[in-house]
Amino acid sequence: MLGFKEIKNGLLVSLWFVFLTFPLMVVKVDPVERIVSWRWENSIYVAIGTFVIYCVVKIIMQHRTGNAAVEKEAEQEKESIIHRVLASPKQKYTLIALLLAVAIAFPQFSSSYQTNVMTTALMYVVLGLGLNIVVGMAGLLDLGYVAFYAVGAYTYALLNHHFDLGFWAVLPIGGGMAAIFGILLGFMIVTIFIVNRLQDSRLGRAWIALREDEIACQAMGIDKRRTKLVAFALGAFWAGIIGVVFAAKTTFINPASFTFLESAIILAIVVLGGMGSIVGVILGALILILLPEYLRALSEYRMLAFGAILVAMMVFRPRGLISNIRRTYHSDKKFHPPIQH
Amino acid sequence: MATPILQISGLTMDFGGIRALNRLDLDVHAGEIVALIGPNGAGKTTFFNCLTGIYTPTAGEILLTPPGSARSVSLKGLKPNQVTEKGLARTFQNIRLFSQMTVLENVMIGRHCRTKAFILGAVFRNAATRREEREIVEMSYAILDKVGLAHLANEFARNLPYGAQRRLEIARALATEPFLLLLDEPAAGMNPQETQDLDRLIKEISTDGHSILLIEHDMKLVMSLSDRIFVMDYGKKIAQGKPAEIRSNPAVIKAYLGEDVDA
Amino acid sequence: MDYFIELFCGGLTRGAIYALIALGYTMVYGIIGLINFAHGEIYMIGAFTAFIVATVLSIYGFPLLAIVILAGFAAVIWSSAYGYTVEKIAYKPLRHAPRLSPLISAIGMSIFLQNYVLLAQTSNFLPFPELIPEFAFMEPIAHIVGSTDIVILITTAVIMLILTVVIKGTKVGKAMRATSQDRTMAMLVGINVNRIISATFIIGSALAAIGGLLIASHIGQINFYIGFLAGIKAFTAAVLGGIGSIPGAVLGGLVLGLTESFATGYVSSDYEDVFAFSLLVLILIFKPSGLLGKAETKKV
Repeated sequence: MLGFKEIKNGLLVSLWFVFLTFPLMVVKVDPVERIVSWRWENSIYVAIGTFVIYCVVKIIMQHRTGNAAVEKEAEQEKESIIHRVLASPKQKYTLIALLLAVAIAFPQFSSSYQTNVMTTALMYVVLGLGLNIVVGMAGLLDLGYVAFYAVGAYTYALLNHHFDLGFWAVLPIGGGMAAIFGILLGFMIVTIFIVNRLQDSRLGRAWIALREDEIACQAMGIDKRRTKLVAFALGAFWAGIIGVVFAAKTTFINPASFTFLESAIILAIVVLGGMGSIVGVILGALILILLPEYLRALSEYRMLAFGAILVAMMVFRPRGLISNIRRTYHSDKKFHPPIQH
Repeated sequence: MATPILQISGLTMDFGGIRALNRLDLDVHAGEIVALIGPNGAGKTTFFNCLTGIYTPTAGEILLTPPGSARSVSLKGLKPNQVTEKGLARTFQNIRLFSQMTVLENVMIGRHCRTKAFILGAVFRNAATRREEREIVEMSYAILDKVGLAHLANEFARNLPYGAQRRLEIARALATEPFLLLLDEPAAGMNPQETQDLDRLIKEISTDGHSILLIEHDMKLVMSLSDRIFVMDYGKKIAQGKPAEIRSNPAVIKAYLGEDVDA
Repeated sequence: MDYFIELFCGGLTRGAIYALIALGYTMVYGIIGLINFAHGEIYMIGAFTAFIVATVLSIYGFPLLAIVILAGFAAVIWSSAYGYTVEKIAYKPLRHAPRLSPLISAIGMSIFLQNYVLLAQTSNFLPFPELIPEFAFMEPIAHIVGSTDIVILITTAVIMLILTVVIKGTKVGKAMRATSQDRTMAMLVGINVNRIISATFIIGSALAAIGGLLIASHIGQINFYIGFLAGIKAFTAAVLGGIGSIPGAVLGGLVLGLTESFATGYVSSDYEDVFAFSLLVLILIFKPSGLLGKAETKKV
């Protein structure tokens, strides 16, 4: 499978990584006690690890170029199933009913830890869907999205604190975790519904056109500034609402919950899932939020693995997990190709 | 004679110290096909960009008068989308389609400025919005049929062959219901067969009641289509007239072929 | 007045460090249009390498001058190696991907490198050895301007000068400028674009490493998180000066450093960031392309 040349390159790459990791992985100093410890065994781990990863990547690459055509076809098949389900009203409502059933059942059968994790995941699905309007559809880079999330959370917290506006306040106490989960799920479905409709509307088309080519878009009579503003505002709307849910869920907020990393993760959800694809965003949110949770088994290596997986996913699927399908429209009339002269 | 639908006087455009357009005058009457020709770098595309609001001209006036109307509006200082709303649409020399959208959707985008549905309409899909969407789809199909692309409506725009992409640009512009259509080198890169089809298409569009102003290098096409021709060189107008007059104009020949030919 | 001068010098020092890191952001952005979020981590790795080498050498009893030179060399070499490797792994395969994909890859890389250093070393703050001694001739003004400030300012100035000469005068510099203007055209005239991009990453990383070394010896402690904070600030400086512009990064760094220093000195250190970012917003409202950035000309 791997030729002599690949093996040789693999060895060279290992050697390079041994050099690269030498000061940080091998040497460890205690500046107070003034002791130097040399952890030479780490060099061996690095060498072996790098070589194995290099070989695996090479084999995957060979495999991929061989099967590219087959894979593409299979992918189209898979996507059309998702879209067919969403297109037919009967199947769509069945799906929604199924989800609702899960929503009611899930908290009953699982631990509160599981419910909590799933609630967080759902929050990020909605946050992702909101940012998807700004980044995925309208193609605008928004690194300050988390600010609107914070605005929502603080609005709720301050109103609650000063005026005792507390419908939600009761929820977290009276075993409200389950209730929040259910409401969030319902809310997520509403969000999907709205985003789905927006996508195929006059406004949604304008956003996508803006993303594709700003100048041509303006020349087609679309007001660039207004269209961008609406995208930002709508995206911020979802962030604000989820901010309220977040504040109600944690019953405690401080600025540390709204860092740049948070914005970056929501952005990663949108890009990883596939820009502009609703199914992709849901998948992206579930992966990025559940992954670190369930990677807890790796304990301290959790975030290391998370970073590596983020890079790997982008390198292997730069267009995101699911590519967006444009809606097709049909006319009442039938059209034939023009006769060639 | 009626007021021209487009009347440009003294149009000047400076980029830093370079004068790209120098006191240009031009007019288009209702129903006309007017060509703007000139050597590469003469300022033709800059002229289009000034007209359509992509650049703001340094000086001069651009007046647009819808056919049958007595009121003129100035296009100077308007944004590109406002210009399109006033009834002037364009195509681009270097094709600028929305490549991730379908052929039909590209045309549907053109309907944007003539339709109204907004956030609430999109979410609730009331009767008015549904009717509007239906109309957009039907009209876009009809326009695609006119340019001979209706059977490819649900393909991605980026998958079309070159000639078809150029025709799609025209279809997209037509969807904005312009009374004046600006075509920037519509035949560039086309083979003789495609150019011939284009010639027929432009004549058809003209018969439908659109006036046309085009930039083109294919002289055969220009001579066949145009009612009048304007010639530019170094940002200035050097000649204007009917095709037969332009063909024999010494200034034009000099601009195209250089100094020594007329000796 | 002394207080003003003290704040001014403190601001310049801080700004000089921001500028050193900002150069890496701006050069990479100029050449491949990517906001390299992992750049702050490269700077942190530079500081860590310098820390390890300097501490080891001081334990083995090397003289101060040798420690400074060797630690500096090690920081530059390893930071450059990391910068080069990061580009090859996380950005090169994404040259033709959609605009935002390399950005996510960069964020992933940043998270990875932070945790890599955390795991390989420690999460605690580590005392950084004092590499710059108090000079005797600085004694009379030591309460206003420290020796470290002077060393940082002089080093930065010299590096800027060298960088300018490299970019303006050498073949690599010319190829860099050509690549940043039009990558396809640069390729057509025979420039090895991949090599030029690698060179950009190596130079940017080397500058960050020097920045890391200087700031670490100035502040006196490091941990794995310093790269993220400095990265955000330096990125702000790059945007402030006009991202893609090399003199812009220097100016942006200095303006940001001075603003922070005066805000801290005359108002309160709590408001340092508020002033810095308000300034950024204000400048971008009036000059969207940054102080020295060129407005993008659209070709239609």
